[in-house]
Amino acid sequence: MKPLDLFVEGIGLWSPRLGDFAALRALLAGAAPAAAIAPAAPLLPANERRRAPESVRLAVEVAGQALAMSGRDPGTLACVFASAHGDQAITDAICATLARAPAELSPTRFHHSVHNAPAGYWTIATGCRAPSSAVCAGARSFAAALLEASTQALAEQRPVLLVCSDIAGRGPLLEMTRCDRAFGCALLLAPEAGTTTLARLRLKLPADHVASTPPPATLADAVVGNPAAAALPLLALLAGAGGRCRLELATALDLLIDVEPAA
Amino acid sequence: MTTPMCPLAVSACTVTSALGRGLAAQHDALRHARSGLRPNDFGSAPRLGWIGRVAGVEAVALPAMPTAWDCRNNRLAWLGLQQDGFLDRVHAARARYGARRVALLLGTSTASIGVTEEAYRRLDTDGRFPADLRRPALHAPDSPSAFAAAALALEGPCLTVSTACSSSAKAFASAARLLELDLADAALVGGVDSLCDNVLFGFNALELISPAACRPFDTARDGISIGEAAGFALLERIDAAPRAPRLLGYGEASDAWHMSSPHPDGHGAELALDAALARAGLAAAQVDYVNLHGTASRQNDAMEAALLTRRFPATTRASSTKGFTGHTLGAAGIVEATIALQAIEHGFVPGNLGAATPDPGCGVQFAWQNETRRVDVALSNSFGFGGNNACLVFGRAP
Repeated sequence: MKPLDLFVEGIGLWSPRLGDFAALRALLAGAAPAAAIAPAAPLLPANERRRAPESVRLAVEVAGQALAMSGRDPGTLACVFASAHGDQAITDAICATLARAPAELSPTRFHHSVHNAPAGYWTIATGCRAPSSAVCAGARSFAAALLEASTQALAEQRPVLLVCSDIAGRGPLLEMTRCDRAFGCALLLAPEAGTTTLARLRLKLPADHVASTPPPATLADAVVGNPAAAALPLLALLAGAGGRCRLELATALDLLIDVEPAA
Repeated sequence: MTTPMCPLAVSACTVTSALGRGLAAQHDALRHARSGLRPNDFGSAPRLGWIGRVAGVEAVALPAMPTAWDCRNNRLAWLGLQQDGFLDRVHAARARYGARRVALLLGTSTASIGVTEEAYRRLDTDGRFPADLRRPALHAPDSPSAFAAAALALEGPCLTVSTACSSSAKAFASAARLLELDLADAALVGGVDSLCDNVLFGFNALELISPAACRPFDTARDGISIGEAAGFALLERIDAAPRAPRLLGYGEASDAWHMSSPHPDGHGAELALDAALARAGLAAAQVDYVNLHGTASRQNDAMEAALLTRRFPATTRASSTKGFTGHTLGAAGIVEATIALQAIEHGFVPGNLGAATPDPGCGVQFAWQNETRRVDVALSNSFGFGGNNACLVFGRAP
């Protein structure tokens, strides 16, 4: 295979500690960013924002941040939404209802439970009629979705918005997911360099399979408790001077990423 | 501007649904206009509507692997993988290309959530999952691809696509891109969805379940019948299987309209159709058969009938086969892909089962009865919640 070159035009980030990519940059530079406010997801119309489940607000928040940096038109922008667990709060509520009184299941809760609810809300809010997808791959969801978005960008020669997010779990399900805090990130990836390029990513599937790159020491406690936070080693390179990181992509396969900031 | 894609060989495929195990059972049921639907005998009471249930899933034994993977959804997946010599084809691809060069992309809507439902019905006195169901890999939406990767010892790129009822159709699109960029030499695609309380009561809450067997495109259609299925296909480059039928194109688009209703003008569906035809380098008039999404919901069928009338000539034949299988949700894309492939292989257009009184909005393209005719190009529509549309184009090897 030839290496895959992608050009990052926008970066979104939200966790209880870091409200956006600038906060990550500040943290890595030694500053102490203020705690993040709840995801505002300003691209959702006010009534949709009230109705939207937490998983949608988180995904739309980080997607909106990346979109704003790029200046792209969302109406024609393909998107890939990844989440290892989907909306765990809704799964918990639905399963509790089904165990108690199945006929009382709420229709709204049901249509919010589909894995592509964030993609649906996003495309409706932005008038996007481009391809949208929703994917998962457990602890490897970020790396697998990065490859999915990158192949779409290159094979179809179009920019693709990648979002990877998981909310905090609750209820009895939490013991299984062990995902106890929210984390979301987004990358707007283009197949060619442009005036808004922030960095170039060069993706390879190396022949060997070894341990994934650990995050910088400052972020050591930020990568636990949420599978989407597996993106942090890459986000840290984007926030800094670039470099190389390795993320596990499948059982015995890694994704090797070289990050080169735009001049 | 969507440009033509390099066609791929569909070197093997298989399907297991309410119509039976394997391609021959499906073909036989279609030939004899025999539905697989039956009154709902699954899950918690009240048992509503009719379902397309796969017989014998409960008795399936998984291969020698940790019992942590055992659940009804994975049993259905394993049952499906064993039909039509498909496992041998996967093993041969793995041997030929290497485990890291075979990608795995499966679609599902609800994966193994049936196990999570059971755990909530059987919480222990501490409010925890019962000990026998504390198996994290099953309480996750990627369980189909994770299970299949383990069961088949595949090590290539691995992903579960979950865009509701377009999921397994979109797996073909993702696979085509991986092969085009030389990230894999073969891709196992498909999907699996099994009956569970979540979808039976969820669609009931949306008032989308018919009290009887679903009637796609009937004037008096009153909702869907939910089914379950597992289906798989192996995609390779054409030189690896030059005589196999081909994936000629795929198209994907969003409605930007509503979370649980299709766009009434079918705008997203038409964009997906346009993209699929453009990748295949074909005009609509060159399509011989369209397997419609045709769920028997009022809105989907009205939108889709209008789209068909608007875009295709009378020589294009069309039908929904949901009256045979029920709506198999995330597996619908692969089930109907195999029906499209069988239409090409056997020169046979399955009739639109269940419409006693066709909706007057349906055009002359509809095949209300079985038809025998050569099919060189067959198309399959799959539309999902959230306005997620996919369209696949298959063709005969020249």
